[in-house]
Amino acid sequence: MRVIQFREALREAMSEEMRRDKNVFLMGEEVAEYNGAYKVSQGMLDEFGPERVYDTPIAELGFAGLGVGAAMNGLKPIIEFMTFNFSLVAIDQIVNSAAKMLSMSGGAYSVPIVFRGPTGNAGQLGATHSSNFENWFANTPGLKVIVPSNPYDAKGLMKAAIRDPDPVIFMESELMYSDKGEVPEGEYLLPIGVADVKRKGKDVTIISFGKMMKVVFEAADELAKEGIEAEIIDLRTVRPIDYATCLESVKKTNRCVVVEEANPIAGLSSELAYHIQRNAFDYLDAPVIRVNSMDIPLSYSPTYIEATLPNVKRTIDAVKKVMYK
Amino acid sequence: MAKKSTAPKAKVKYSEETYAFWYESMLLMRKFEEKAGQLYGQQKIRGFCHLYIGQEACAAGAITALDKDDKWITAYRDHAHPLGLGTDPGAVMAELYGKATGTTKGKGGSMHIFDKERGFMGGHGIVGAQVPMGLGIGFAEKYRGTKNLCICHMGDGAVRQGAVHEALNLAMLYKTPVIFVIENNGYAMGTSVERTSNVTELYTIGEAYDMPSFPVDGMNVEAIHEAVAEAADRARRGDGPTLLEFRTYRYKGHSMSDPQKYRTREEVEEYKQRDPIEQVKQTILDNKILTEEKLAEIDKRVKQQVDDSVKFAEESPWPDGEKAFEDVYMQEDYPFVME
Repeated sequence: MRVIQFREALREAMSEEMRRDKNVFLMGEEVAEYNGAYKVSQGMLDEFGPERVYDTPIAELGFAGLGVGAAMNGLKPIIEFMTFNFSLVAIDQIVNSAAKMLSMSGGAYSVPIVFRGPTGNAGQLGATHSSNFENWFANTPGLKVIVPSNPYDAKGLMKAAIRDPDPVIFMESELMYSDKGEVPEGEYLLPIGVADVKRKGKDVTIISFGKMMKVVFEAADELAKEGIEAEIIDLRTVRPIDYATCLESVKKTNRCVVVEEANPIAGLSSELAYHIQRNAFDYLDAPVIRVNSMDIPLSYSPTYIEATLPNVKRTIDAVKKVMYK
Repeated sequence: MAKKSTAPKAKVKYSEETYAFWYESMLLMRKFEEKAGQLYGQQKIRGFCHLYIGQEACAAGAITALDKDDKWITAYRDHAHPLGLGTDPGAVMAELYGKATGTTKGKGGSMHIFDKERGFMGGHGIVGAQVPMGLGIGFAEKYRGTKNLCICHMGDGAVRQGAVHEALNLAMLYKTPVIFVIENNGYAMGTSVERTSNVTELYTIGEAYDMPSFPVDGMNVEAIHEAVAEAADRARRGDGPTLLEFRTYRYKGHSMSDPQKYRTREEVEEYKQRDPIEQVKQTILDNKILTEEKLAEIDKRVKQQVDDSVKFAEESPWPDGEKAFEDVYMQEDYPFVME
C-alpha cells in the first residue's frame, strides 16, 4: 500500500470532500496563499481558488463565528486554528454557539462545521502554545471530538467529520504532520465514536489517543521485551467515547493504564477510570492508573518537558504498578 | 463617510399598506410585551425577560425595507423581531412560558426565539456573539450567489465586544452582504454609553473599517425603513456591509429585574414624547391614510391576538422532560453518558 504523510492524508480528505460538495470551504490563518502554517492545505488554493479557500486576519473569534453562521445557513465550513491553543479566544463561538445551537433552536438550526488544527505541546514552545483542550471540548454536549493518531485514521475520520451533520472538533499535532503511514488510494470513511484495538495483548490494557499513541507503542515494545503483553486501544474519538471497547478489553486483561497528554484533573483519563470502576469493578485486579501531563503549565526548557509530559518511562512504570511488579 | 440623518418629513412616502403594517406590528410588539411584563410579575414567565418597549421602530422599519428571503439575527431582546416577521404570537408566548408549543419547544426561552420559516435565526444570549454569526449568515448567501442579505441587530453594549470589531473588519474584507444595526438605547444594562468608551458616536466605529456607517433616528419608523433600504441596495449590488446606529430608547429596565436607578424619570418621559407608535399614528391621521375607525379596528385585533396568545400559552402542555435529549445532535442514536 502507498505510504503518505499525516498532513497529506488530511489534505486528501479535505480536497476530496470539497470536490464532492461545493458547500464545503476552508478558512483560517495562512491556509491559502501561504499554503498552510504546517502545509496541511498546500495546493488547495490553486485547486479550489479564493472562493473556497480563505485566508483570514488573526481574529479567531470573528472567523469561528463566521463559520458558525455560515453553517447555520447551509454551508459546511472547515475552520482551521493554527493551533487549538488559539481556539480559546474563539471558545464562546464553539461552546455557546456551535455546540448549543441545535438544542437551543429546538432542532431548527444545525451547525455542520469542522474546527480543526493541532493540539498539545509541539516541542519547546512555552506554556501558551502547549495546552491540551481535548477534555474541555469532550465535556461539551453538542460537540463531537476526534483526535486521530495516524494518517489512515486521520483521513477516514476527517472525511466523516466533514460529512457529519453535527459540529466536530478535529485535533491534530504539529509533531504528527510528518508521520508517514499506509493510506489506500480509494475512498473510505471511518465511523466517529469507534475506538480501535491497535494491538492485542492479555496482560494489561493501555488506553490513549492522539500523539500519545506513539509513547504507548514505544512503552509496549519495551514491556514486550520483559514478557508483558499490553493490549493497546486508540480511542480515536473522545466524544462520544467508545466505552464498550475499553470495557471488553479490561474485562479480559483486568488491568488498565490511561495515557493522556492533558493535565490530570477532570481529564479523559479520570472519565475512563470512573467508567471502568463503575462497570468492570469486579474484573479489576488493580486500580486504574493514569499518566497525564503534570499539574502545572508546560515550561520551555527540555528538562522541564522531560520531567512533566507523559513519556515512555512513566507509562512503563504505571503498567508495572498495575501489575504489582 | 458619515452623514446626518434627515428629519422625518410630514408627507406620505409609503403605501397605505406599509403604514398600516407599521402601526399594527409595532402595536402588537408593544401590547404583547406589556402583557409579558405583567405575566413575569405573576411568575408565569421566569428566567430573564428583556423587553423592547420603546424600540419597536427598529424592527418594524427594517422589516418593510427587506425581502422575505433575507435573514435576521439579534441578541436576547428578541420578542419583537419575530412578531413583526409574522411568527405566531401564541408560539412566542408559549416559549416565554416554557411550553411544548413554544417557538423552540421550550428549549430556548425568552432570549432564544427562532423561526426558521421566516428566516429569524435567533435570539442569542451572549452579548455580541450574534454579530460574527450574522456575518457568516450573510457570507453563506454571497457564497451561494443569492441576492439575499443578513440584518444583524445588536445593542449599544455589544459595540464594546471584540467579536463585533472582528466581524466588522471581516465583513468589509470579504464584502459580505450584512446590515449591522446598533440599537442604541443609551444603556448597556445600567451603564450609559458615555461610561463605556470615549467614542460615543457609535456609528463611527464602522468608519475604522471603511464601512459606510450612519446614525438614524431610531424612534422614527420611516427613517429606519429608508436607511435599511439604502443599505440593502448596497449589499445586493455586491458592495458589502453597512453599519447603522438607530438612536432609540427602551422605556423599561434592561430586564424585568432592573430598578433603573441609573436614569431619571424625566429622561424616560422625554423619549415617550417621541414614541414611535404615536409618531406613525399621527402621520396616518394627519395624512388621512387610515381613519380613526380603522385604527380602532387594528387596536381591537391586536388586543385579541395578545389575549389569544396568553390563552394558548396557558392551555399548552409542558414539554416531556425526556425530550431534552432530542435536538442535541442531528445523529439520532447519539450515545449520551447517563451515569
